[in-house]
Amino acid sequence: MTIPKEIPDKWFPIILPMKWAKTGLPNKAKKRRGAEEERRVRANDREYNEKFQYASNCIMTSKYNVITFLPVNLFEQFQEVANTYFLFLLILQLIPQISSLSWFTTIVPLVLVLSITAVKDATDDYFRHKSDNQVNNRQSQVLINGILQKEKWMNVRVGDIIKLENNQFVAADLLLLSSSEPHGLCYIETAELDGETNMKVRQSLSVTSELGDPNNLAQFDGEVVCEPPNNKLDRFCGTLYWKDCKYGLSNQNMLLRGCVLRNTESCYGLVIFAGPDTKLMQNSGRTKFKRTSIDRLMNTLVLWIFGFLVCMGVILAIGNAVWEREVGFLFQSYLPWDPPVDNFLFSAFLSFWSYVIILNTVVPISLYVSVEVIRLCHSYFINWDRRMFCNRSNTAAEARSTTLNEELGQVEYIFSDKTGTLTQNIMTFNKCSINGHAYGEVMDPLGAQHKKAQPLDFSTWNPLADRDFRFYDASLLEAVKVGEPAVHEFFRVLSLCHTVMSEEKSEGELYYKAQSPDEGALVTAARNFGFVFRSRTPGTITTQELGKAVTYTLLAILDFNNIRKRMSVIVRNPEGRIRLYCKGADTVLFERLHSCCQDLMNITSDHLNEYAGDGLRTLALAYRDLSEEQWVEWAERYRGAEKATDCREDHLAAAYEEIEQDMMLLGATAIEDKLQEGVPETIAILSLANIKIWVLTGDKQETAVNIGYSCKMLTDDMTEVFIINGHTVQSVREDLRRARERMMESARTRDGEKEAETQWGGACSVGNGYSSRDGANWIPDQEKCAQPQAPPTSVLESISGEFALVISGHSLAHALEADMEQEFLETACACRAVICCRVTPLQKALVVELVKRHKKAVTLAIGDGANDVSMIKTAHIGVGISGQEGIQAVLASDYSFSQFRFLQRLLLVHGRWSYLRMCRFLCYFFYKNFAFTMVHFWFGFFCGFSAQTVYDQYFITLYNIVYTSLPVLAMGIFDQDVPEQRSLEYPKLYEPGQLNLLFNKREFFICIAQGIYTSVVLFFIPYGTLSQATQSNGVALADYQTFAVTTATALVIVVSVQISLDTGFWTAINHFFVWGSLTAYFTILFTMHSSVLFNIFPKQFHFLGSAHNTLAQPVVWLTIALATVICIAPVLAFRFLKLDLKPQLADTVRYTQLVQQKKWKPGGRAGRRVGGVGGSGGSAMGRLGRGGSRRSGYAFAHQEGFGELITSGKNMRLSSLALASFASRHSAIWIDTLRKKKHAPVTNAYNTPPTGNSSPAPSLAPPLSTSSSLSGPPETTLDEAGKVNSDPTLIKSHNDEQLNVALNGAQVETGGCSPQVTQEMAPGLKGAGARISGASSPGPPITAEEIASGE
Amino acid sequence: MASSYSAKEEDGQRAGAPGPAGNANSGKKPDNTAFKQQRLPAWQPILTAGTVLPAFFIIGLIFIPIGIGLFVTSNNIKEFEIDYTGTDSWSPCYNCAQNYSWNSSTPCRCTLPFTLEQPFESNVFMYYGLSNFYQNHRRYVKSRDDSQLNGDLSSLKYPSKECEPYRLNENKPIAPCGAIANSMFNDTLELYYIDPNGTQTLIPLMKKGIAWWTDKHVKFRNPGGSNANLTAVFQVSTKPVNWRNPVYELDSDPENNGFINEDFIVWMRTAALPTFRKLYRIIQKKNNMTPTLPRGNYTLEVVYNYPVNSFEGRKRMILSTISWMGGKNPFLGIAYITVGSVCFFLGVVLLFIHHKYGNRNNSSDIPN
Repeated sequence: MTIPKEIPDKWFPIILPMKWAKTGLPNKAKKRRGAEEERRVRANDREYNEKFQYASNCIMTSKYNVITFLPVNLFEQFQEVANTYFLFLLILQLIPQISSLSWFTTIVPLVLVLSITAVKDATDDYFRHKSDNQVNNRQSQVLINGILQKEKWMNVRVGDIIKLENNQFVAADLLLLSSSEPHGLCYIETAELDGETNMKVRQSLSVTSELGDPNNLAQFDGEVVCEPPNNKLDRFCGTLYWKDCKYGLSNQNMLLRGCVLRNTESCYGLVIFAGPDTKLMQNSGRTKFKRTSIDRLMNTLVLWIFGFLVCMGVILAIGNAVWEREVGFLFQSYLPWDPPVDNFLFSAFLSFWSYVIILNTVVPISLYVSVEVIRLCHSYFINWDRRMFCNRSNTAAEARSTTLNEELGQVEYIFSDKTGTLTQNIMTFNKCSINGHAYGEVMDPLGAQHKKAQPLDFSTWNPLADRDFRFYDASLLEAVKVGEPAVHEFFRVLSLCHTVMSEEKSEGELYYKAQSPDEGALVTAARNFGFVFRSRTPGTITTQELGKAVTYTLLAILDFNNIRKRMSVIVRNPEGRIRLYCKGADTVLFERLHSCCQDLMNITSDHLNEYAGDGLRTLALAYRDLSEEQWVEWAERYRGAEKATDCREDHLAAAYEEIEQDMMLLGATAIEDKLQEGVPETIAILSLANIKIWVLTGDKQETAVNIGYSCKMLTDDMTEVFIINGHTVQSVREDLRRARERMMESARTRDGEKEAETQWGGACSVGNGYSSRDGANWIPDQEKCAQPQAPPTSVLESISGEFALVISGHSLAHALEADMEQEFLETACACRAVICCRVTPLQKALVVELVKRHKKAVTLAIGDGANDVSMIKTAHIGVGISGQEGIQAVLASDYSFSQFRFLQRLLLVHGRWSYLRMCRFLCYFFYKNFAFTMVHFWFGFFCGFSAQTVYDQYFITLYNIVYTSLPVLAMGIFDQDVPEQRSLEYPKLYEPGQLNLLFNKREFFICIAQGIYTSVVLFFIPYGTLSQATQSNGVALADYQTFAVTTATALVIVVSVQISLDTGFWTAINHFFVWGSLTAYFTILFTMHSSVLFNIFPKQFHFLGSAHNTLAQPVVWLTIALATVICIAPVLAFRFLKLDLKPQLADTVRYTQLVQQKKWKPGGRAGRRVGGVGGSGGSAMGRLGRGGSRRSGYAFAHQEGFGELITSGKNMRLSSLALASFASRHSAIWIDTLRKKKHAPVTNAYNTPPTGNSSPAPSLAPPLSTSSSLSGPPETTLDEAGKVNSDPTLIKSHNDEQLNVALNGAQVETGGCSPQVTQEMAPGLKGAGARISGASSPGPPITAEEIASGE
Repeated sequence: MASSYSAKEEDGQRAGAPGPAGNANSGKKPDNTAFKQQRLPAWQPILTAGTVLPAFFIIGLIFIPIGIGLFVTSNNIKEFEIDYTGTDSWSPCYNCAQNYSWNSSTPCRCTLPFTLEQPFESNVFMYYGLSNFYQNHRRYVKSRDDSQLNGDLSSLKYPSKECEPYRLNENKPIAPCGAIANSMFNDTLELYYIDPNGTQTLIPLMKKGIAWWTDKHVKFRNPGGSNANLTAVFQVSTKPVNWRNPVYELDSDPENNGFINEDFIVWMRTAALPTFRKLYRIIQKKNNMTPTLPRGNYTLEVVYNYPVNSFEGRKRMILSTISWMGGKNPFLGIAYITVGSVCFFLGVVLLFIHHKYGNRNNSSDIPN
């Protein structure tokens, strides 16, 4: 039974249809019209467009209506194999010769199951109808006959011209005709479409943008010929024919359904694709239905059981044949054969089917329903979890897929996005070094101190200051006030050298729109220190320096690209001096400094090292004075390079290179890419739980490595960090080979020292991913070692060391090729941490796919942006962070929440419990049904293999749905082996799930064996006692009905006792269900056997009086007691032995818990507090482990080509307000510029063709470095590692204590997102120093980082 | 089972802590109920040596005495069994068994002498036992019409299809219909006590009180009410094929005739297993002075009507006394003694294992 992926959505209703467009309405539409080859749309001509029968804008994602619901739903349900199977059984039962059960024993459960599913489907569909209606009934303004009329969305037709206003959803895929903004520009937010929150610019054709008002538009009769509907969001190609002219159309002219118009008063568009043909709807293909490994195992097992069933049937049929021939034939005087059955073979054939019917309860129909119910409940528990609720964003965790819960307990690999997932994508200006003086350093970067230190108050002296900006070092402010020239110049660079756009909604209320958050942070910092960037025009930059407005003439922007790793501006200040300001990666910048800066460079370099050590992103700043001649001369060359037709990039780069020389160093900035709260702790805990975390990011290598360090995936203690950066197949292969060699080398070195030790411990630790250095091996884990490893069992598998792999996108492209992927996987899996940077969304998916395919491990992908969607969909489990980057990832995900750190709770608590519960449920379920059903098999030998049932048919009907369903459901829903705190304290508890220990084929066979054993006991004990027995009044006891009641009662009692043994967590509900089921059994039994019912239906209730007669007999009770003890005692003994001799960690934890509870009872819950105190005590040690290896992070994360856009003036927004405010003050310059631009765009020297911001992608970086070791000297690290390994027990216990303390500390405040709280790790985790998680400033809306997807 | 009740610690979450901001968000924030947060108070039993080992000993200590009690009780019950199938040539019933034909008009009689070594005190129950008789065969079990047997007139005229092929005979409905009724056991057994002086005394056999009360009074009813003229009522129907007499001539006593004839009712309560015994008659204790059946010689007079040779069935006559727990039942006593001993032994073994190898201090495995 599949319960469709659902859960009512809280997101934008416009998206709702998307998820549910399963049956593919577009397909239907396509069929109707045949394959559409091209689309012709004529504006304002409905009649013409009618001819083509394009889909209307009405979307319908619902599947049923009132009339079609029943047949369609039933049809769908019977497509399920299980349902069909039961229908088949039902039909079999209608044949009287076969019917061994009455019809209702099958039909009652079947109807129950069908109706539960139907109700669910109906509810879903109702919500779909509702959302459809809501969307379809939205109002839009359509231009009909020259007049704007209000129309519902559903009535919009292809070819209509509609008007959109600011902040409205785009109703269909439109061709932008004109807009209220100059140049026919308009801004859209595509968050719902592709998840990117940064605004995009769309521009209409110049011919249509002039149409302007409705009257002109009504006359517009252009015809668009374009491609048929498709799902490519970033591509559109078509031609507009108007007035005998042809105009090419591209995606740049299109507004797609699902976008929101922003910052644009209004615009007009021509509907090209409507309703199901829109790209939004075309993209909403059926999501791949994910199944869990338990599902697959269950399906296999069900198949096996069917096989088993057939075997039983065959055995019994053979028995029947023999019996009918040997006995039945002779017995005909009393029991003649049925007329159609004239020989024993035919009788055997019929008997086979009869037994199939009887024995079908080994695979009860309720299995699937129960599993779904349990999963649904687990999903609700996830939704209800307050500790996965984020106060700040006011979002609770959501299980969007209800079918994957138990797989959360088996995850081995996590693939994480970086931006927005590990980090908040909030950059804060943290420290800086100006002229050799470090600022911001006085503060210890620990949250506790932050609280004590008051952030500087900028607003008193700077009315334009951003209130959310935090800086704690007063000396910098003093320096500014005193007027140190270097400091002033430093902030001047920050306020001038960038591509940020500003918007001033009202006087003094500045909003910066930065392409990358880094830039935003820098400009904001300058703003608060008195160098306020106020506005820019294509040719000027206006700032307010310490209260004084200054306008610089912008001469050139030497744009950033990822080869140059720097950007510069050349400005002329009001005094007329020309100066080049540059900011860039220190490595690049230091090479281009004037020789006189050597000393300063050394000092700054030291500071940079320090910053890098703290995981901060650094930038160096410099300037250069240019003489007028120099400028003129260079400008000439620059223009020449600009105009170059071939190799323009190279020419430009050369020109830039020429001027960016002999610069004077000013200092350096350090920006903190704020990690999300609790990320290092979460990663530490997940690592301890044997989960490997791979970071896949579109970011640059430096950024990614930096984050790797700050979230403790990479540490300076690591033996080596391999960087694979090759551009050719050979170099990548060579790099991988070298990395493996290094690893083996180190393994050999250690082998030489301690051979035996490594052999054992090493093999394990690689399996675990993390070796003993972090105390990851503190519980030896024999199972893992015993587990056969994946096929490539090479020397690599025995590496013990701390390695990390960093691989870039272009290398990855080679590494993922068929002949190298095995090598890559081997290498990567031997490493402790893997970071893939600069990867495209597709590569993300490929990496996940690779691991999924070869490792047979459960993978989980977590991300927040549209670029993570592919990976989220590929992985076994997709988790979406409902954060800042739109909801695309969330929509594709199976689980969503708003903080990365909730992942630990999702996996270690919910996942673990779900897995445990599901396993226990399945074990018990198979057991109880075998115990129940196999009794028929034994009885077959005594009733002539005639398919006579042992039990009353009502008992068979109700056994699965009433007598035994609820206790096991309660166990499946509520059971807990250890409390949630413990599973976070002991991450190793997660391991059984990964190794699939709780329910596998072996466990299954044990359950089955137990079930069969029980059935033997349940048949032969009553057989033995009753066959000769008489009642106390002399009447013989061995009649069929007495036997049936005795066996059934014994069965119910035995399985109830068994569930009581299995239930580890007896809530009131469990009690109620277990006792309730027993009560229900006896109540129903006595009712069914009462004379009242018999008198009404004498034929149906012929067990009249059996219950009273039977259960009044002491012999019967003695029999039941005997059977119960015989069934349960071995189980009890076996379990006790297992617990006593080979306790699992969970058992031990549970036992300890019990002991502690007994001890603590008088003292209350003191123990847990202790942990928390200990945790903070050790916090000061956090940073001591830092080796301080140099990692300069170049922090530019923004797109290339933005400078061009600025100088061209294309994206200057001319909001009336801004215009007014500027007009009052700088009227002359501004309006002049504007006028110039409008009427003579060619005069602008730096203007570029209107390609907008989609300038050609930068060429790939040259192979700068191949494999290189980033970490400290390997010898020392090795030595240290050796020492650690030499005495594992000592380290173990030592680490354990500290770890627990630390984890306690971290765990205490998992609830809510209380920003003040700091999370610290004890020194037990080497170098896992605390990150500052507190004092988070809710910054301005975050502009999404452009991911490298363009490449 | 060691156990403890614990409301799970509420760490981290302090209700009402969030303050005003939290209240504003309270609409979306999940409720802080024990149920939703999975913090329901629960009893968490653990299997420990302290609970499991005593359990085994206690089971052993309870089961062994019960078993001994049952065994002794069972042994005190006197039971006598005689096979009168007549398959062997020396058997007095050999001739009857060999020459049997359904439609012979003269009943075949045979006499089996036997000796009771011990006197049978109190009431003695006389059973007939059949072997290899599949009363539990599916087609046999369902071949009856409970409505008809409950006195439903329409069912009398139109018996259920389940009764096939014993539903109609010569276009008249069979009453009682079906294979069960048709194969009703119709041997007549009589018991004579042979005095030491050689005189035969017929032992009075009580034919009432051998069926379940509910069967006799609720489940089986004669059509047309209790006082109806059965002959007239059953006129629409015909007798089952194998029967010699129609159903209304089963007994002269109107309280024991027709469908409520107790022999018939007993037969209709089908056996669970192919070897079974059914209560035939009760020999009531006459007075306290003499045993019901004194020690000595008896003869069993059989009117041999019921053929079992064709399917290698066996017929037996059983005499038995009963106790509180019913008839002789050695299995139960032995089983109890065995299970009790095994549990006790298992307890000892587990105790040994636990002391020798067990993780008595397994709390030290996890540091705290």
